Amino acid sequence: MDELLKTMNLRKAFGELVAVDGVTLTLPAGRLTAIIGPNGAGKTTLINLVTGALAPDAGTIVFKGEEINRLPTHRRIHRGLSRSFQIMNIYPRLSVLQNVLLPVLARRGRNGQPFARLESETEARAEAEGILAQIGLGGQGSLPAGILSHGDQRLLELGIALAPGPELCLLDEPSAGLTPVERASVLELIRRFSVERRTTFAIVEHDMDVVFTLADWIVVLNRGRVLAEGPPAEIRENREVREVYLGEELEA
Amino acid sequence: MADRLPRLAVVLLVALVVLLFLLPLMAGRYPVYLAIQILILSVFALGFNLLFGYTGLLSFGQAGFFAVGAYGCAKILLAVPNLLLGLAGGVAAAGIAAVILGFLSVRHTRIYFAMLTLAFGMMIYSIAWKWRDFTGGDDGLVGIPRAPIEIPGLFGLSVATMERYYYVVLVLSLLAVWAMYRLVRSPLGLTLQAIRDSETRTEFAGIPVRAYRLVAFTIAGLYAGLAGALLPPLENTVTPPYAHWSHSAEPVLATLLGGIHTFGGPIVGAFLFIMIKDIIVRFTQYWLIWLGAIVVVLVLGFRGGVASVIMNRLLPRLLRIGSGR
Repeated sequence: MDELLKTMNLRKAFGELVAVDGVTLTLPAGRLTAIIGPNGAGKTTLINLVTGALAPDAGTIVFKGEEINRLPTHRRIHRGLSRSFQIMNIYPRLSVLQNVLLPVLARRGRNGQPFARLESETEARAEAEGILAQIGLGGQGSLPAGILSHGDQRLLELGIALAPGPELCLLDEPSAGLTPVERASVLELIRRFSVERRTTFAIVEHDMDVVFTLADWIVVLNRGRVLAEGPPAEIRENREVREVYLGEELEA
Repeated sequence: MADRLPRLAVVLLVALVVLLFLLPLMAGRYPVYLAIQILILSVFALGFNLLFGYTGLLSFGQAGFFAVGAYGCAKILLAVPNLLLGLAGGVAAAGIAAVILGFLSVRHTRIYFAMLTLAFGMMIYSIAWKWRDFTGGDDGLVGIPRAPIEIPGLFGLSVATMERYYYVVLVLSLLAVWAMYRLVRSPLGLTLQAIRDSETRTEFAGIPVRAYRLVAFTIAGLYAGLAGALLPPLENTVTPPYAHWSHSAEPVLATLLGGIHTFGGPIVGAFLFIMIKDIIVRFTQYWLIWLGAIVVVLVLGFRGGVASVIMNRLLPRLLRIGSGR
């Protein structure tokens, strides 16, 4: 499998707290990776480092064979990275369609046009409508995104993250706060995109059912370090992992 | 967010524009003078609202760019009496000032941005006040001609009368309004609104947010510069108060009055602001107190601004009556 993303000895400290402490990871193309670990393990910080929201103190990030350490976030997106957020992050006052249209326009280099009409951006609109249809919000394009239900907003956020057509999409707790039904549809969506598209997913997740049914590969972080990684079956049997993290849930 | 205006609104708009063109034929000099003031404040406030309502940045320094436009235009007209040159020069000077100060300001948002713009605006005010050789200090610049529109060897048109100058202001303001209307409905307009709604999400959509904030800041500066450049030929003088922070508050108040989330809000607000001010000053020299009180009542009473209430409440009601329901 191709190496899509590789981090080497990645480190980030906030004052005394070392959030990410020498993480070396490889994400091959096409393998759905789940990143798990107790609160404060450094999962979100890792995503922030990879996408450029934070600058690492040390270490390198290689994406598609090129070091991207110093690349600003928006450039990393154009190279094929994307992400969603742990806390809902959509455009509440824009229409549902516009939420997805913007990243599509950005990828096509059309988002800075001052005098073109939005209505005339037919190719981008068609693409955005296609994405809405895939995430099951096809009929709601003209509604303000802020009035959607929590579950639909989560779906929309997934749509926004996928709109740039990323090769690697990092999802930070995509099913947080969802009802079981909503959760199932979000996960089904991720699975489908993972199979159909050329997008590789890495998801941060707390729900162990989700992790073990969805992921091809599991990375366990603890206190900023990689505690273990491997296929789900192997991780389930790993004694160290059970001790620090899974113990109670598996024994219960 | 309505994509298309209802037909009644279009009819009303056309009627308004026709009325504006006929105004000098129907009214005396004073109403025409007031109309010029309203148009100038409309342009000023529209630019401000691109920053505030559309991009989510509250600037308290727009009077600085207004003054750069006004002084720039005045200096050119005193040297070369050609209105086109004066206006273009004023707008360009304001644009350049906006690029430079914007570059430094858009690194911050919220209150930090507001304070930075306030500080930069006051810097321009003190330059207008202290640089006596260039700006005339507290006397300002006087004797600015209402120069003709001229393209040497091709074309020349005197606009020396108030009525003719009104048409210059009217045409340029309508063009500015039209350009802004197109802009907020363009991909660029969508990008700015996205930045307002979520800065991080927009950065992660592959958009360099800071660069686009600078674009919005520059456009707002150009609009402030145009508004400023239109004033000296009307008043024949330019003085430092144009650059004062209290003048920066005018587009803020006008926009709040009219509504920040309606395209026409700043224009409706500019009309209300100038009219209310004009009526109150007849009765009291403490007009600011009364103006403040009225603004507070209107802002509290008309949620989302007067223009928004008209568009979302009154107009639909009229439409229902119009269609016989």
